Order: sequence, then structure tokens, then C-alpha cells
Amino acid sequence: MISGRASGQGLKGHMIRNGVIFFILLVGLGLTLLRFTGGIGSVTYLSNKTPWGFWMAFDLLCGIAVSAGGFAVATACYVFGLRHFHVYVRAALTTAFLGYFFEVIALLYEVGQPWRLVYPFFWSQGTSSVLFLVGLCVALYLIVLSGELLPALFEWLGWSKGRAKAVGWTLPLAVIGAVIAVIHQSSLGSLYVIVPSKLHPLWYSQFMPLFFLLSSVFAGLSMVVVEGALAHRFMRGYMDDRHARDAGRAVLACGRGASFFMFGYLVIRCIEVAAAGNWHYLSSGYGAWFLLELAGGVALPAFMYFIGARGGRQRLVQTAAIIAVFGVVLNRFNVSLVAFNYNLPSAERYFPSWMEIAISVFLVTLLIIAYRNICARMPILRTHGNYGGEA
Amino acid sequence: MNRRKFLSLASAGIAAAASSVSVRAASADAAKGHPEAVGVLHDSTLCIGCRSCEAACQSVNSAILPKPENYRVPEKPFYDRSVLAAKRQTDFQRFTVVNRYAVDGRRPVHRKFQCNHCVEPACASACFVKALYKTPGGPVLYRSELCVGCRYCMVACPFFVPAYDYDNAWNPLIYKCTMCAPRVADGQLPGCVSRCPEQALIFGKRSELIKIAQARIKESPEKYVQHIYGEHEVGGTCWLYLSPVPHNILDQPEVGDVSPSRLTSGILETAGMAAGILSVLLGAACFVSRRRGNDAVNECGGGTETGAARDTGGETHKEASEDNKEGGQ
Repeated sequence: MISGRASGQGLKGHMIRNGVIFFILLVGLGLTLLRFTGGIGSVTYLSNKTPWGFWMAFDLLCGIAVSAGGFAVATACYVFGLRHFHVYVRAALTTAFLGYFFEVIALLYEVGQPWRLVYPFFWSQGTSSVLFLVGLCVALYLIVLSGELLPALFEWLGWSKGRAKAVGWTLPLAVIGAVIAVIHQSSLGSLYVIVPSKLHPLWYSQFMPLFFLLSSVFAGLSMVVVEGALAHRFMRGYMDDRHARDAGRAVLACGRGASFFMFGYLVIRCIEVAAAGNWHYLSSGYGAWFLLELAGGVALPAFMYFIGARGGRQRLVQTAAIIAVFGVVLNRFNVSLVAFNYNLPSAERYFPSWMEIAISVFLVTLLIIAYRNICARMPILRTHGNYGGEA
Repeated sequence: MNRRKFLSLASAGIAAAASSVSVRAASADAAKGHPEAVGVLHDSTLCIGCRSCEAACQSVNSAILPKPENYRVPEKPFYDRSVLAAKRQTDFQRFTVVNRYAVDGRRPVHRKFQCNHCVEPACASACFVKALYKTPGGPVLYRSELCVGCRYCMVACPFFVPAYDYDNAWNPLIYKCTMCAPRVADGQLPGCVSRCPEQALIFGKRSELIKIAQARIKESPEKYVQHIYGEHEVGGTCWLYLSPVPHNILDQPEVGDVSPSRLTSGILETAGMAAGILSVLLGAACFVSRRRGNDAVNECGGGTETGAARDTGGETHKEASEDNKEGGQ
């Protein structure tokens, strides 16, 4: 499985890593069994006051936000013709596909009756619900992402006729994918527009859909950079020299793009504080937390991106990317957990069980194994021999 | 590739148009008023906290709700008033509870909890399978056979009413008060109202109840705070409350006068339109970037086929080379 790494680090490190993975999988499988025989209550601390907890925050809100790299990079490359991004297109689309795929897997744990998950599509459409829109986008975008990855699949399978057809659909799929992803990312913010009395005013806004959309763009770009750095270190064997060489430029391009979106995002978050007349909240504890989220999670990495991209400092951009990903994760946790139910007494607030976290770790591990296996087989981080001509 | 571009725009546009039409229809349904709706008025100056309503609720819903001694964590029976010492919540085993609030300088105030049956319920608008729905007669009802268990209704409800059976692996469902809709349809009173010994609960048409409540406040203004909780809260609720103390003391939160469902209906309408506009703009961006020679698709993908692929990748290859010529590459 994951042991098929190319560059050696010694047998000992190898065994430790595989041991850890084996342990995570074992615990995950055990908890999965418990979840599906004992109910959601047997593995979570969810309550009637907090029906959405760690899984919603981490697997869904964060998972989908960092999966935005797929549409961000594909749109930049194909729609706007920014060719610097091309080297990352397949990697980002693969991440997005796996991100969405494992979101669906996570939903099987999260909803009470997963066998009814198709009801909203085929049985009884609740078109007044934002969640209906979310579900529709997930389903459609998974289909589009599969289509966008067909060329890589066909190259691997050696079916050049199908590959040629699939490549012909690149542009339409990029446009449709971008439209669906934009609606989906923003609709995740819309989910919380219905709770004005439960969400702290510093986070609640009618414009949450826009906040979620803008932040997903730089979350996705940052994740692409982080992943690129990880792949360079741990999956160099699945990468060709052309990819390794072009990635340097793409990292800077991602940094430039992300800093642009981050400054814009900072401005609109500040406008919203002013427009809603929320300045006085900033002196409270929640205010300090809010400032930390924006200053540490957005402003700081935005500046690092800006300086790094201008000076061609790849390391700085990569560090900024890690901070930016944490910044967006912090934002999603704040909206869905920290600032949610802010006016309840602390005894009635929610804190996740270790089992919820362990199941999420289990799913992320599965995702990484899947990603590694795909990169090992399909031309994701390299150009396929038959189609590899330089432009 | 103009043909393909057109196809992409057309399909996205059609999808967008279709979704916005259905969304508009749904939100129009929700916005209809319910002038004949019934409800209940709880006057907490009359409530003595005897728990008769809790007992009645269990007995008329005994098909769904267990007796306290049969709870998974057994509870004291309904005649035992010592439970009032602690704050309790409705859950999957009880649709209603009465809590006692100690207030300085006066006898304790009792407040009944159950679903407020909003005029425009957030839970129903949040339900993505329409398992929760508003009846024109007042009650907000639940079709358990549709429920997926996403619990968005619980997130959306400003009063923390829908409760979930988290420990049930096979058929976990939402539990909440039905305002005894089948009994009401039969011409009977809701269980809790029928058994209240102090007339602290009055059942009737919502519009009539508001008049009664207003009259009581006017008659004895020293007894009540000048507010009927539920008259305007979240666009109005079918359950209404009179209180001798400010309502927030009784855990009746300030939730604003706008129904949360109205906040999201606009967003849903916008989503379809946004999808259409975005398709057009992105299509235009494609066109512009290609005219400027930035054809990433053909440069990096189909246009650079070599070897075996060249024979079969005919169409793409030909188009690609033409484009490349046009773009002056």
C-alpha cells in the first residue's frame, strides 16, 4: 500500500510509519463497526443543542474548502489561460475528487440513516433547503471531476481513442466545474445564514456565502502548494523532472493568486464588521479570537505570500501556505463550533469525543493512501510517455 | 472548439434556469399566510408546575413516548415535582417539559417547553427531503419515513426543539411535539391543554389567542410584562406566552422578528441566477484568453500528442493545430 515509496529513509522509519498507519486503520475500522451498530451517540458527544460537531467542521467544511484547489487551478489554467498553473492541474483535480469522494464517505457516518441519502434526489426534493443545494452540487461536481480526470485514467489504461475524446471535453468541463464549485463553496456558507440567533455576530453575516467562496479559493491554492511540497518530499518517485521543474513557478503563481484573494477577503470581512456595527464586540474574548483568526490566519500568510511571490522565495510561499490552510481551518471551526451556540452556558456546549477525531483521522489516512496509489499508477505528477511532447 | 463551448454554456444555463424555477415555487409556498391556524397560549402566571401536561403528553403519545420509568436513564414519575429543581430539556423521550425559574421577590415562575409551531418554520425550510412541513392548520409535522437524519432542522431551529435519538443505530429519528394534530383534527384538545387544571393553557385560533393575551395584559398590566412571546418572534409562532417576568429569564431567547427561512430563500433564488451569469462570464474569459494565444488545453493536453495517440486523436489534433496557427504560435 503506502509502503511503495521510492526514495529511501531507512528500514526503521519505514516500519514505524507502516505501524502507525496500521494502528490508525485498525482503530478506524473498530470505530466504524461501533458507529454502525451502536448509533451516532456511541462515538460522538453530539447533543440536541449541537447536532453538528467535529465531523461537520473538519470532514465537510474544511475538507471541501481545501478541495477548492481543483476548480481554482483548473479555472486559472484553462479558462483564464494562466499556464503557470498547468503543472498542478491534475494533482489539484485528483485532490478535489478524493476530497469530495471522502466527503460522501464521511456523510455515511454523519447522517443518521445513510441508506436514505439518495432520497433528496429521487424521492422527495426539499428545494427550499440550502442543504439540498449542497447535496446537488456534491453529486454534480463529483461527476464533473470524474470527467476531468478521464484523460489521466485513459492514459494509464492506454486507451488513446477515449483519451482524445475526454481531452476534447476539457474546456466545457472546466467551465461547468467552476460554476458548480463556486455555487457549492458559497452554499456551505449559506448553511449558516439560517442561524442568526445562534452564531456570534462577528461571524454571522448575510454574506457568509461570499466569505466561504473567497476563502475557499485561497484555501484550495494553499492546499495545492502544501500538497506539492509534500509530494516533492515523499512521492518524488512518481514525479518526472519536468513536473519538479515547473512546480517551482507554479508555487509562486499560487502564492500570488492566494495573496490577492486573501487581501480581498480581509477587506470584505472588515467591511462587514463596519456595516453590521460590530466594532464593540472586538474588545470581548470572542473579539480577540476573531482578530486572531483574521490577523494570524489570513493577514500574516497573505503578507508572506506577497513577499514570497514577489521575491521568488519558494520556501516562504510554502510556509505561508501551511499557515493559510490552518487559518481557513480555524475559520470553519469558528463558524460551526466555537462561535456557534455562543450564548449557551458552557456546560451545554459541545466538545468532540476522541472517537470523532479518530474517525476523521482514519478517513484522512484512507484519502492519503488512495492519493498515493493513484499517483503511483496514473500520470498525475508526471507526463505520460505517449503524450509527453513539450509545448 | 466553439461548438463545445456553446454546449457547455447551454447546459449550465438550462440547469441554472431549471433550479431557479423550482426554488421560486417552493419559497412562494412557504410565504403563504395561515390565517386559520390554531395554537396554544401559555399564561405562566397561572401555571403551578404540576406536570399534568407532561403526563398527558406521554399518555396520548404512548405509541411513541415511553413512561419516565422506562427511559434509558430512568426518570422520576410525573407526579414527582422534585424534578423541577433541575433545568430539563425536551428530548426523544418527551415532547414537553415544564421548568421552574426562581425569581427574586416573587413566587417561582413555571414555563412549558415544546415545539412552538412557527408560522414560517426554519426547520421545515431547512429539511432537504420535506420530512418536516407546515400544515395550514398550524402544526408543524414530521414524516419520519423520509428523514435522512442530517439534523439540519436541529441546527436551524432557533428554540432547540427537534431532538434526535442518537443511540439508535437502525432507525434514528427526530422527535418533537405535533400539537396533537390527529386529536385536533378530531375536534379534541391537545393532550397537554386537555389536562391542565389551572387553565394556564388555552387552545384556539392563533389570532383569537393574541386578542385574549392582549386583553389580559391590558386588564392587569401589573401582572404581566408588556410582551406576548411568539406574536412576532421569528415571524410569529403558534404557541404564545404570557409572563410576569422578562421572557429571557424563562430561557426564551431574543430571536428577532424575521423568520430564518426568509433569510435563505433569497440565497437559493440567487444561486440559480449566479450559476447562469457565471457560465456566461467564464465562457467569455475562455474566449478572451484563447484569442490572446493562451490556449492551455491544446498546448498542454490534446495538441501535443505523440506516438500511438496521434493516429486516433484525429479531431482534437487537427483543431489544435489550426488554433495554434491562428494564435500565431
